[in-house]
Amino acid sequence: MTLLELDGVTRDFDVSRRWLNRLLEGEPRRLLRAVDGVSFSLERGETLALVGESGSGKSTLARLIAGLYRPTQGRIAFHGKRVQMIFQDPYASLNPRWRVREIVAEPIRVLFRRSTAETCSKVGELLLQVGLSPEDGEKYPHQFSGGQRQRISIARALAGEPDLLICDEPTSALDVSVQAQILNLMSELQRRLSLTYLFISHNLAVVSQVADRVGVLYLGRLVELASASELFTRPRHPYTRMLMDAVPDIEISGRARTPVAGEVPNPLAPPSGCAFHPRCPYAYDRCVAERPPSLDRVACHAIEEGRIS
Amino acid sequence: MILEVTGLRVEFPSRHGNLVALDGVSFSIAPGEVLGVVGESGAGKSVTGLAVIGLLDPPGRIAGGEIRLEGRRIDDLGPEALRRLRGRRIGMVFQDPLTSLNPLYTIGRQLEETILAHLYVSRPESRKRAISLLGETGIPAPEERLHHFPHQFSGGMRQRVVIALALAAEPSLVIADEPTTALDVSIQAQIIALLRRIARTRGTAVMLITHDMGVIAETADRVAVMYAGRLVEIGAVREVLHSPRHPYTAGLMGSIPKIGASRKHKLVQIDGAMPRLGAIPAGCAFHPRCTSRLPRCSAERPELLDAGSTLAACWLHVPDAGRV
Amino acid sequence: MFLKRAWDHELAWHFRRSPVAIAAALLTLACVGAALLAPWIAPQDPFNVAVLDLNEAFLPPAWLPGGKAAFLLGSDNQGRDILSTILYGARISLGVGLASVALALVLGVSAGLAAGYLGGRTDALIMRIADVQLSFPAILIALLVDGVARVALPASSQDRIAIPVLVLSIGFAGWVQYARAVRGSTLVERQKEYVQAARVIGRSPLAIMAEHVLPNVLGPVLVIATIHIATAIITEATLSFLGVGVPATQPSLGTLIRVGNEFLYSGEWWITVFPGAALVVLVLSVNLVGDWLRDALNPRLR
Repeated sequence: MTLLELDGVTRDFDVSRRWLNRLLEGEPRRLLRAVDGVSFSLERGETLALVGESGSGKSTLARLIAGLYRPTQGRIAFHGKRVQMIFQDPYASLNPRWRVREIVAEPIRVLFRRSTAETCSKVGELLLQVGLSPEDGEKYPHQFSGGQRQRISIARALAGEPDLLICDEPTSALDVSVQAQILNLMSELQRRLSLTYLFISHNLAVVSQVADRVGVLYLGRLVELASASELFTRPRHPYTRMLMDAVPDIEISGRARTPVAGEVPNPLAPPSGCAFHPRCPYAYDRCVAERPPSLDRVACHAIEEGRIS
Repeated sequence: MILEVTGLRVEFPSRHGNLVALDGVSFSIAPGEVLGVVGESGAGKSVTGLAVIGLLDPPGRIAGGEIRLEGRRIDDLGPEALRRLRGRRIGMVFQDPLTSLNPLYTIGRQLEETILAHLYVSRPESRKRAISLLGETGIPAPEERLHHFPHQFSGGMRQRVVIALALAAEPSLVIADEPTTALDVSIQAQIIALLRRIARTRGTAVMLITHDMGVIAETADRVAVMYAGRLVEIGAVREVLHSPRHPYTAGLMGSIPKIGASRKHKLVQIDGAMPRLGAIPAGCAFHPRCTSRLPRCSAERPELLDAGSTLAACWLHVPDAGRV
Repeated sequence: MFLKRAWDHELAWHFRRSPVAIAAALLTLACVGAALLAPWIAPQDPFNVAVLDLNEAFLPPAWLPGGKAAFLLGSDNQGRDILSTILYGARISLGVGLASVALALVLGVSAGLAAGYLGGRTDALIMRIADVQLSFPAILIALLVDGVARVALPASSQDRIAIPVLVLSIGFAGWVQYARAVRGSTLVERQKEYVQAARVIGRSPLAIMAEHVLPNVLGPVLVIATIHIATAIITEATLSFLGVGVPATQPSLGTLIRVGNEFLYSGEWWITVFPGAALVVLVLSVNLVGDWLRDALNPRLR
């Protein structure tokens, strides 16, 4: 059953100088296109991961779906009741002046209007569910470590009884051993509560641990979308291959790697045609001139023409 | 050996008592060798780097042990001698390339001044060296880039400039503290390759401090694993990563997600968290979280001992350790 | 339990280690206590015409020849005990100071929160008003508000509403600083993820501003406010000295100084010098407490 559908979603940000400066210096309005014509759908109970480097628009996309921004163009259709979100920075995502029980109770208080006793027992239950104890509710966020704070964030998100849980780099601020604790907790919760995750990350290895399907973003565009097993065994888009090559070889297996060239261009002035063409080893005239359509889950002229598989 | 550290102890006196940030840390780095120092936050890896170059923030101080650079003791030097040592004998690369460069000067000026301050060369010679350094660190068109300011470089290029600056006085040791953490994955690989090449071609000893096992696997020859201010395991990178002998290293390796691993497979999980400096457990600091602890572990602190392929501080590798 | 926690708090620890702070706090407490308890501790009720005796006018302080023990700091032209008028006057000065700072705080914090959180046109409008107001001296704004109020209100009620008008004018003159400080920290806080989390839950902007942002931006502003109490007391004294402040029937410290000033050159110096000294002590002690609080809450100065 489809829970979420995105159709040509685009979001621009106005990054022009202030009105007076523009007037005095004769500067035009400047728009940054953070998300550019992204379409995909999400099924109930699955985990879709979106990967990309900085400037890929993955966080903006997460916030568009969470309703924090409105799309400039395109349509987002959500067929569930509630979306909740887990954020990247465990030190900024909890109000430092609130007790943990107040933090976790906020969604219950606002969305369901339960009695105080009911709310209280529900909060205790949620804290237990994420591996904390109900007594922890009396403490303040600064009394917890990064990993524990991320557990509190998860408890708050679950308190809103979400159909869709958006996780924006939930473990990238954590140490690896703590990351493992949180990733294990998240997959356990998904199994127990049949949650649907939209998982945003820059780390392919983390994504391979959690995702059913993976979308690859580059400069606000979705360049490839495939099942995790397919994407990790046979990446198709040249950018996906490059990302795979950049993943450190922790096994020291000595696998052959093509060194990655270049850097992500300035999103204020994205390249013409296919945004990846300046870094792409297979690029030619058509890639400079024409933006490739999304065919067979991948947007690439070279693949379309069969020059690469 | 370029760098030899023995029994290093660093303390931070505070109003909560004397916090021991490093306790009995010993290691050495050979010319042309990259030693990876890895650990999670609070393990003491950055403090180790700062202690070596004498940049500990007061009230932090070296309370024991010794540090030798090319055979000479450097831990007891005065501030002036340490200042001359930094830059000349030891180069430093920090996490954030933007704050390591002065935004008001061209990178050419910053490079040339560093060269002139430390080496006895003429001004034209210093310019020639600056150009060749930029070329060596992989910056295209170095003659032109010399006249650019730091903000005109991208993140990856800026980190290359910082590395060039660290190499300017031809130091024998380069300390790189999380040099790739602020960079995108595709750029990380480029910087890793550069660091490795420098160690090989120049014979510079590199101390690479990072939390990222992937970076270690790609760059380091040997790796030192830290936990709660102590060295728990040290050895050749392949041995430590493939067949770790200390339970903490083993847990750490198991907790890293890997592409291609089955999703049904849960990640290895080390329960609990790293102890705070004020509350380090007695005996082996890792024993409360260790799944294979012996009675002796909570009573007596293990030393770094031959554990087969690596050196590990763990009673499991001491025959008859089960008996107290 | 609560006392124990307060004692262990970071601030309390700094407080215990700063003798200046302890002295200033004790002095402030003494001033505030004396002002509050004026009706009970003052030797005389200076506003009760029945007890005033013109034969006792212009008495010098008790220790000078001609002084009376009942008038420790001497008496004024109407035979009022100077010590008592100071105690009653400090009460009005302190009251006006606190009330006007409270008003400025409420105005400024609301404006700053709205400007910082809502942004866009609201922000531009509020901050332009603030800019314009900042280009006039505060005392001029206060005089302007006071003048407008006097023209607009009937003469009969002017004495009765003099003090509220004064509070209004000083408070209105001071809101800009709070608004700027709060706007700045609100801009920082609204970017933080806990605010976004509240938006995802569906909280209204008003609820987010009041429940999430406000507690996190209030700290620095309260420090400014402590220091401003002293400034407000001085502004009140200045206005009263200029004759547009509180009426002579309910004299504040500033009024007392103005009234006493007329007798300074005829030799009755005590009528103006003692209220002046009281004002200095009051302002200084409040200022010292404020300074200490600012330093203690500023991690960079520790």
